[in-house]
Amino acid sequence: MISIAIKKWSFYDRITGPWGRSAVIGVPMVFLLLVFLFPFLVVFKISLSEMDTVFFKDILTWADGVVDLRLKVGNYLSLAEDSLYIQTYLSSVKFAAITTAICLLMAYPFAYFMARSPADKRPALLMLVMLPFWTSFLLRVYAWKMLLADSGVFNNLALAMGLISEPVKMMNTPFSLVLGMVYTYVPFMILPLYANLAKMDLRLLEAALDLGATPWQAFWRITVPLSKSGIIAGSMLVFIPCVGEFVIPELLGGPQTLMIGRVLWDEFFSNNDWPMAATVAVVMVLLIIVPLALFNKYQAESNSGGRA
Amino acid sequence: MKINAGRVTSRVWMGAVFLFLYLPIFTLVVLSFNGSPMVTSWGGWSLRWYQELARDTEIINGFSLSLEIAFLTACSSVILGTLAALALHRFKRFPGRTLFAGMVNSPLVMPEVIIGLSLLLMLVSVQRMFGFPERGLGTIWLGHTLLGMAYATVVVQSRLQELSPQMEEAAQDLGCRPLQVFFLVTLPLISQAIGSAWLLTFTLSLDDVVLSAFLSGPGSTTMPITIFSRARLGLSPSVNTVATLTVAVVSMGVLAASILISRAERRRAAEMAAAYRAS
Repeated sequence: MISIAIKKWSFYDRITGPWGRSAVIGVPMVFLLLVFLFPFLVVFKISLSEMDTVFFKDILTWADGVVDLRLKVGNYLSLAEDSLYIQTYLSSVKFAAITTAICLLMAYPFAYFMARSPADKRPALLMLVMLPFWTSFLLRVYAWKMLLADSGVFNNLALAMGLISEPVKMMNTPFSLVLGMVYTYVPFMILPLYANLAKMDLRLLEAALDLGATPWQAFWRITVPLSKSGIIAGSMLVFIPCVGEFVIPELLGGPQTLMIGRVLWDEFFSNNDWPMAATVAVVMVLLIIVPLALFNKYQAESNSGGRA
Repeated sequence: MKINAGRVTSRVWMGAVFLFLYLPIFTLVVLSFNGSPMVTSWGGWSLRWYQELARDTEIINGFSLSLEIAFLTACSSVILGTLAALALHRFKRFPGRTLFAGMVNSPLVMPEVIIGLSLLLMLVSVQRMFGFPERGLGTIWLGHTLLGMAYATVVVQSRLQELSPQMEEAAQDLGCRPLQVFFLVTLPLISQAIGSAWLLTFTLSLDDVVLSAFLSGPGSTTMPITIFSRARLGLSPSVNTVATLTVAVVSMGVLAASILISRAERRRAAEMAAAYRAS
């Protein structure tokens, strides 16, 4: 194994050349350092600075040969003391977790059936799952607003058919928020699960059945454990962006559903309190850092393992 | 009996999920032809909202700006994404590889409000020091490229994993220099993946609200920003017409792409067969 790896490595080194190697790695690396990592450091710095009348103050100033470092932890303190912030963080995690669970319950059987469907039908099914990606996410979320509104399509139809006597309130509730998030993110759960289940070795199931397992036992003790990495990848792809989601709560959630992404937006755009917005962002990063590490670990494994 | 029950469950489950995925899109399309001034109550077929759209300069201007940004984003994301995919696929060991992989993959899941805020605060700090860049097309392009690059890397990387290194090795044995190997062998082999990455990042950029809202300046309002601000206020029929036109363009694009791909695959299969017969 090791010798093969080394052989491959030196082969690519040979065809790329040392100059090519540093360009291939260096160009995207420098871009990411400047546009991804550096901005985070700036946010961290600003979260510790004070707001001047229209602008934040520098934490590090240099006057008359004296370096003056002023750190203001007040933003973090007010965040920890204000129960509304804490509640909002908790409710963001709660909504993201519920969304992830529903997506998993919906997507697992779907991906399973898709992976077991005839091989010639699979590309078409995959295409049908991918297709909504290509039409605007914003417009699809907006569509739910039309369907769920008090005078929306569902209520109008149900009223016309006499199923209900007055409109049911669905919009601007936790229900419409979770529905919108499940709708938007369920393809992100289906795709990694499908990729995982499609390449599973079916002989393992045959062996289990031959050895006397019921289909149900075989499913729980072989299929599910083997698809663990797909489950983790899909769950992280849903959970992490849901925690900080802004557009869906803004369009479907109504004012009383608390989501931290909206708090950040309001601190920035309405209150113009940039240091506070930065503090909210830093704490949000802390909240998702473990899932993020899990996701990156899985990505690294699926890209280096698999075939090699 | 048992197999049939399984098949029925599978059909019903898949049908239900597809209905869930496509019902909103279908509703958007149908209601865009609604003649009634109330968005959700049916008043017969009509093209009135399309006529309104043709006069809607805010949307039209926003659309041309969005197209411009999407085109630039797709090009830059595909170049950076291909480089990143090559780096991750070919060089299994280099200083900072874990950090590199983490930085490439994280934008896929990182909440956009965080990316948008941090990019903006960085740009503002830089602007305060050096006097540029002004917020506008360029800064939106930068933000979209960060996001697009992550998606492009995933698409190109999964194609690179399917390739066997033999073809590149053969080209080198036959005397190709490094750049020749890349442009004559590797690039044609991954061209389809690069094409779909280009289209994916193009639509991603055309659709983005959050990054654009943080990074746009006065006078650079993209179409999604306009649509979002209208959708926030309530239901707006102009949004349905935009959606329907998007769906029409996308379905035609997908149809054209799948015809082209299947034709290319047939040609490749024929060439392979011819090559085997000759040898």
